[in-house]
Amino acid sequence: MSSLDAATDAELVRRCREGDAEAWNALVERFSRYVYAICVKGFRLRDEDAEDVFQDVFTRVYTHLDKLRDDAAVRPWIAQLTRRLCLDSIARGSREQPAPEQDFEETGDDFAEIEEAFAVREAVTTLGEACQEILDRFFAQDQSYRTISAELDLPAGTIASRIARCLRKLREELEGRSEPSGESRE
Amino acid sequence: MSRIYDEEWLGQRLRVLRRAPQGWVRAAQELPAARRSLDEIVARAEADLEFRAALIADLENALTQAGFEPGPRALDELRKRLELRGGQA
Repeated sequence: MSSLDAATDAELVRRCREGDAEAWNALVERFSRYVYAICVKGFRLRDEDAEDVFQDVFTRVYTHLDKLRDDAAVRPWIAQLTRRLCLDSIARGSREQPAPEQDFEETGDDFAEIEEAFAVREAVTTLGEACQEILDRFFAQDQSYRTISAELDLPAGTIASRIARCLRKLREELEGRSEPSGESRE
Repeated sequence: MSRIYDEEWLGQRLRVLRRAPQGWVRAAQELPAARRSLDEIVARAEADLEFRAALIADLENALTQAGFEPGPRALDELRKRLELRGGQA
């Protein structure tokens, strides 16, 4: 865990602008899953196109950080940038290889789900390392109880109850956030 | 807004944000260093005509000789900055 995990988006942006390498690493870490999800879940880009967009997004974030008017608005800015670059990539692809029928249709559902997932992930970061690790392994990495047990050196019979306990804590955390107040939330 | 955060809903949302491939994340984290390297190469190419000629003749070889090891994306960027597009590369 980095000491910057708890930093606000605005603080990270400010430190990145000052040339703090650790802050840049943390910013990429914080938003990498989000950008990736927009590319592959939101726009269903192929891996090679998603990689181009992913790198392009972070290159532009790095080079245009000075132009961001509100440091706290970095997430919507990154989302907008990613969506625009995904659409460019799709347009480029269909120019190079016109498809008989467009198989991509932008719907709000996937994007709403990505936004909700980001809020849930922010809540997860408050739960402590053990919960973050086990929830990520089980849900985001699709690891089995057996694999989690072996890799974390925990009794196999306790994995399900640990996950349930972490989910309970997560629910309490989310329910405690009665209204959007964090500067990184829209 | 009231929402019921049941296990199924939470599980679905936790599955959405999967790790991006590690190599992509690392490349993005190395951007500042890569850009510094590119700036250094471009500055040197502007100040040293012989180095610039070597870059135009064989970009990758000239960079290796000079101790730089840029990846494919950095090479593309460098070609643009040195205006080598459509040239030897």
